[in-house]
Amino acid sequence: MPKRTDLKSILIIGAGPIVIGQACEFDYSGTQACKALKEEGYRVILVNSNPATIMTDPEFADVTYIEPLTLDMVEKIIAAEQPDALLPTLGGQTALNLSMELHKAGVLAKYGVEMIGAKPDAINKGEDRELFKQCMLRIGLDVAKSRTVKSLPEARDAAVQLGIFPLIIRPSFTLGGSGGGIAYNREEFELIVANGLDLSPVHEVLVEECLLGWKEFEMEVMRDHKDQCVVICSIENFDPMGVHTGDSITVAPAMTLTDKEYQVMRDASFAVIREIGVETGGSNIQFSVDPVTGRMVVIEMNPRVSRSSALASKATGFPIAKIAAKLAVGYALDELRNDITRVTPASFEPTIDYVVTKIPRFTFEKFTDADPTLTSAMKSVGEAMAIGRTFKESIQKCLRSLETGARGFGGGGKHGSDEPVDEKTINAKLGTPNAERIYFIRHAFRAGYTVERIFDLTKIDPWFLHQLREIYEMEQALAQHTLVTVSTADFRRAKQFGFSDAHLAHILASDLATVRAYRKQRGIATTYRLVDTCAAEFEAFTPYYYSSYGDENEILPPSGKKKIMILGGGPNRIGQGIEFDYCCVHASFALRELGYESVMVNSNPETVSTDYDTSDRLYFEPLTLEDVLEIYQQEKCDGAIVQFGGQTPLNLASALKANGVNIIGTSPESIELAEDRKLFAAILHKIGLSQPANRTALNETEALTFAHEVGFPVLLRPSFVLGGRGMFIVYSEDEFKAVIRQAFEVMPGKPVLIDKFLEDAIELDVDCISDGETSVIGGMLEHIEFAGVHSGDASMVMPPHTLSPDMLTTVRQATYELARELRVVGLMNVQFAIKDNHLYVLEVNPRASRTVPFVAKAIGVPLAKLAAKVMTGAKLKDLGFTREQTPKHWSVKEAVFPFVRFPGASIVLGPEMRSTGEVMGIDDDLGIAFAKAQAAAKPGLPVKGNVFLSVKDADKPRAVELARALVQLGFAIYSTSGTARTLADAGVPVKRLAKIAEGRPNTVDLIKNGQIQMVINTPGGMIPRRDENAIRTAAYAHNVCLMTTITGAFAAVEGITALKHKQVGIRPIQQYRGNVTLV
Amino acid sequence: MPVIPLGSSRWSVFRQALMSPSKPGVLALADGSVFRGLAFGADATIAGECVFNTSMTGYQEILTDPSYFGQIVTMTAVQIGNYGLTPEDEESSGPKCAGFIVREVSPVVSNWRSRISLPDYLAKHGIPGLSEIDTRALTKKLRVDGAMKSCLSTLPISDEEAVARARAWRDMAGSDYVKDVTCREPYLWRADSAENFNAAYMPVGTTMNAPATPAIKFRVAAFDYGAKHTIFRKLVRHGFEVQVFPATATHEQIREHAPDAVFLSNGPGDPAALPYIHKTVTGLLPDFPIFGICLGHQMLTHALGGTTFKLKFGHRGGNQPVKNFETGKVSITAQNHGFATDPKSLDKTGAKVTEINLNDQTVEGLRHTTLPIFSVQYHPEAAPGPNDADPLFTDFYRMVEARKAGKV
Repeated sequence: MPKRTDLKSILIIGAGPIVIGQACEFDYSGTQACKALKEEGYRVILVNSNPATIMTDPEFADVTYIEPLTLDMVEKIIAAEQPDALLPTLGGQTALNLSMELHKAGVLAKYGVEMIGAKPDAINKGEDRELFKQCMLRIGLDVAKSRTVKSLPEARDAAVQLGIFPLIIRPSFTLGGSGGGIAYNREEFELIVANGLDLSPVHEVLVEECLLGWKEFEMEVMRDHKDQCVVICSIENFDPMGVHTGDSITVAPAMTLTDKEYQVMRDASFAVIREIGVETGGSNIQFSVDPVTGRMVVIEMNPRVSRSSALASKATGFPIAKIAAKLAVGYALDELRNDITRVTPASFEPTIDYVVTKIPRFTFEKFTDADPTLTSAMKSVGEAMAIGRTFKESIQKCLRSLETGARGFGGGGKHGSDEPVDEKTINAKLGTPNAERIYFIRHAFRAGYTVERIFDLTKIDPWFLHQLREIYEMEQALAQHTLVTVSTADFRRAKQFGFSDAHLAHILASDLATVRAYRKQRGIATTYRLVDTCAAEFEAFTPYYYSSYGDENEILPPSGKKKIMILGGGPNRIGQGIEFDYCCVHASFALRELGYESVMVNSNPETVSTDYDTSDRLYFEPLTLEDVLEIYQQEKCDGAIVQFGGQTPLNLASALKANGVNIIGTSPESIELAEDRKLFAAILHKIGLSQPANRTALNETEALTFAHEVGFPVLLRPSFVLGGRGMFIVYSEDEFKAVIRQAFEVMPGKPVLIDKFLEDAIELDVDCISDGETSVIGGMLEHIEFAGVHSGDASMVMPPHTLSPDMLTTVRQATYELARELRVVGLMNVQFAIKDNHLYVLEVNPRASRTVPFVAKAIGVPLAKLAAKVMTGAKLKDLGFTREQTPKHWSVKEAVFPFVRFPGASIVLGPEMRSTGEVMGIDDDLGIAFAKAQAAAKPGLPVKGNVFLSVKDADKPRAVELARALVQLGFAIYSTSGTARTLADAGVPVKRLAKIAEGRPNTVDLIKNGQIQMVINTPGGMIPRRDENAIRTAAYAHNVCLMTTITGAFAAVEGITALKHKQVGIRPIQQYRGNVTLV
Repeated sequence: MPVIPLGSSRWSVFRQALMSPSKPGVLALADGSVFRGLAFGADATIAGECVFNTSMTGYQEILTDPSYFGQIVTMTAVQIGNYGLTPEDEESSGPKCAGFIVREVSPVVSNWRSRISLPDYLAKHGIPGLSEIDTRALTKKLRVDGAMKSCLSTLPISDEEAVARARAWRDMAGSDYVKDVTCREPYLWRADSAENFNAAYMPVGTTMNAPATPAIKFRVAAFDYGAKHTIFRKLVRHGFEVQVFPATATHEQIREHAPDAVFLSNGPGDPAALPYIHKTVTGLLPDFPIFGICLGHQMLTHALGGTTFKLKFGHRGGNQPVKNFETGKVSITAQNHGFATDPKSLDKTGAKVTEINLNDQTVEGLRHTTLPIFSVQYHPEAAPGPNDADPLFTDFYRMVEARKAGKV
């Protein structure tokens, strides 16, 4: 059957902000779906609250709503747009849950909207653990023995029934399995169950037989309406059961299954998708296999595209989301074409002649108090993927793709140290899953451990361990040599084992440049192979490459067009995520529009930039000097763009330039100039701008002297980092001494910067574009929080809402002068602080900033695209963008934090960025725009109920004003001693609550019982008091609106006031276009 | 097959030295190209037709599939040998291909069922293997230039000699390979024999797809042209008593056995070079329900008066999409063939094309319009490969049942 003609318009729900468990992969899948459905002539209606997505660019859907993903907002959209169908399976768990809410609330039935892809019944069966288990048993599949319980006594009962610890506890309906865990004893069991019951929105947990140490597999399956099923990819987890698959190193294809076992798993996958009733589209099904008996159990299924399906798409070249969208509107697999081979149909199963490895990227360093043990609840914030001809090549490439400093499996540095490690540490690091475990496997080999012993500690399949053993043995063998004595054949073998030049330089006591030159001289050239879905059985037409060392190089001959390379941002991490991928994708589109050939290099499988049809040529490669330079030279590129991929490509810029790469746009020298304190101060002085008093310290002693010179409070920050890693605001010498070492450790050998901290200053982010002649401000964003909160974590308002026109004029002049002085060609971001009506420059970054997509959405101008064009030599006047456009509507940015994943971490906004994503609220009314941003960031502002208010001493005077406003809005105020007294003294009615140590019920009890609707708690010192953190943690866990700054709380009051007095409307971004005033 | 006692030395390691490995091997093609790699398995020099297989699992089934007789098989999947071999997964008594080429052979075996490693297995059976070959480059060559006469050697021979040996090999076209792999005498496939592994592999605790054993058992006369054992296993599971006959059995011998149906198996080589089989099958056409697989399908083509032709590089893998015109549905199938039925040649044979391969539109299945006869080019028995076409065995049973009931 061809596509359905009874459907005209289709609603797609996006995944909302980036959070742990839901990253850019859903922008990738959603973008594919939008494109696929538009291509078929459907009217696509999209809603997503995340402005940093490609999918929310106005051209990807017919109507695009950047609105909160809440039941009532989406109902309003449905009422306004009257879609015929809703596709719920492409926006992650968020979209799936919201679709079910819409169904349960009768909204879909009311407006006659059909759910396509997966019906509510199927989603329910796939998501409800108990129903799912029954389905599996009915079709003859095995499951882990388990019981669903709704209370602690019931759970105790279940534990007795299941008989033996450890037991797994999984709360129902939480994202990425958050709140679950493994209990090894009764005490732990009680704790985890209680926490799980708390976190589960339906107060339900599953107590389950523990399959710890079993092998884990995933199957990516697709089905069409003719009941034709195919497996796109099998994935084997390197980390056995016990570690969430999102936190596991995974490998495709499955490595240790015989054909008999694989086919049973394949048949079982089809049986599952049929029984659950996913009519069309993709599903991910997870299995576990007992390595001793072969017993196979079904773990779970996701009746939607997932992080794994994005990985499978990148691993095989089969675009799962695109095909899923087409199947949902009635196509059959055999009616669709395989884009890569062109002649063969999509009804086949990809076969791959390489090995794909994915390694998650963690950021425990940002949540120092959190437990870094890997469990069944996901904690990683990103991932890198690498392709190699063999597992050894693939995993070594992937380790260097992670950008954590590893050069491979070894090679010096923090993770590849040659220092001996004691057995106790090794045993601990191997016995408990953690982010560094793989590096300790090497330490174990070095310490003389056998594969058997490592297996006993880790239960990692011996096949994988032996592969790592071979890498280790190769390293040992090479270490007997020097660069000169190692034979060409062995050198080539080492490269085939995935050893990077940097790694070899370490082993052979040489340096990168020498190794590289020597390798070239010996004719050991990198060869590029195609990802073609078919292991070379058919000709492939899509230039999607990975590097290897083989006989044949498959790089296509030059097309005659000029080629520009774009360096992506690598794995997502806090501080460097989807915003930069957004910019890279725009660069690619811009270059193609101008007739250049775009060559994309990236290692992040979640992204749109690594979709095979985003760029003319795609290289799925690590972003290291060696890998990038090789591509640049072999492709004979005419230039490279380094200012769009965040810090990753910037760190390479100078070395690339030194090796003859033509960096287009702002020069690497200018980029470094902005980082160099002395030179930068000279520039500011020259153009008459001031900055807070500052010094650059090379050691701890010097740092303290300088701190006293500028005077406390001071801001400490390491140089050359993104995301505020190791940044601290310190108010006293004691605090200073507590943290100075950490600041130096972030970038060893680099200086630490010490700035006078401007308290209670207004902070302003300005994004600007310049072609070298003309500079135009894209947008000015005023922070809601006072200076001191990292701009990635701050809520922002665009256009600025409190600054005077005179001040804005001063800001403009300063920005343009800076662009001129730094000879910016492309984008520039400036952070200003305004205190006592005086303008200070905090920081200038002559590159794309995190706020570029937000600004582009707010003004309706594709800033990143313009910037890429400008970098190729185009002029803004020819591109028609010569005047700043101030929107007539308000856009509010709010950040989203992963605190709920890191119990114990301190919940406080500071100079170190800790948010994972962002949302946007747009409205003609500032209060409503703020309320929308809050609703999008979840849980949203309350309009009635009780507010818990407890503030630091400095905020107490304003707290009175705040409390009065809240009382006037109808809220009751609860507080503890200090703040309560202040309020009572000022005559504000307040209910006094016990502090946690003072008895029960305390604030946490009230939060848990749903009696508190908003918590306003501003932290006292740099390190929050235990009580405060318990309250904030409870607020997070129970979806209670939380404000941790006094300015945030005042904005909330404005938002609540607006919600109480005005209608919350919806409007697609296409209708905001042109809603600007030219400056 | 020798049994590695698991547990004593849990994981033996098989491989040459990582640095400066000492035992090279060579693959030479008739066009003069030479691939140097590392030797494993037996020490031998052999010649044969070099082909590639795109299956990601199932090297044991491929090695032991008699259809690969005379061929040097290249696996496009890169990590081979990971899970070792087990007697249960044998498709015939030992490996049948002439040589085996992989990108990387596993240094260790990791699977609870494994009893022997790939290098040991090949060495034991005298089959040379070659690893560290750029199998993708080789595959592309075979795709572009076609399956080729080749020589694989794990002995110290020169490139020139290897090329000469490749060129000197008699071509597959026109040769009868079946005689080398068929059984010598008729025999009853023992459904109750433990060594025949008639029970489908199913992990403990999983009961999916447990077949309902039909009430009546039909007797099938199964020609062994180099049959894979899983075909017999599946026939048993689907309600047949299987009497196996050598390829040279005449139609009179079959009639003497008085079977309810006839089965034509897979096998190696050029289907046109087997006139004696074509004649036997022609003799059986009017009187028995017949089901053919692979070479059996090609034998049926010739018996009906059709012809076959050689494909450039064949279909070998587990991901081939086949569309059935009767059901409108696509199955993912396991395939292993270098020849195909010419659809134009079927015009006056009474047979019609029921299935085609969606990759290249070649014939994958045919059915006689009046007689109870059908066949498929692909492998519904899988092993290795997907089980999607398993229902064909049920179809065969139903066809025989209908015939017995006088409905056909």
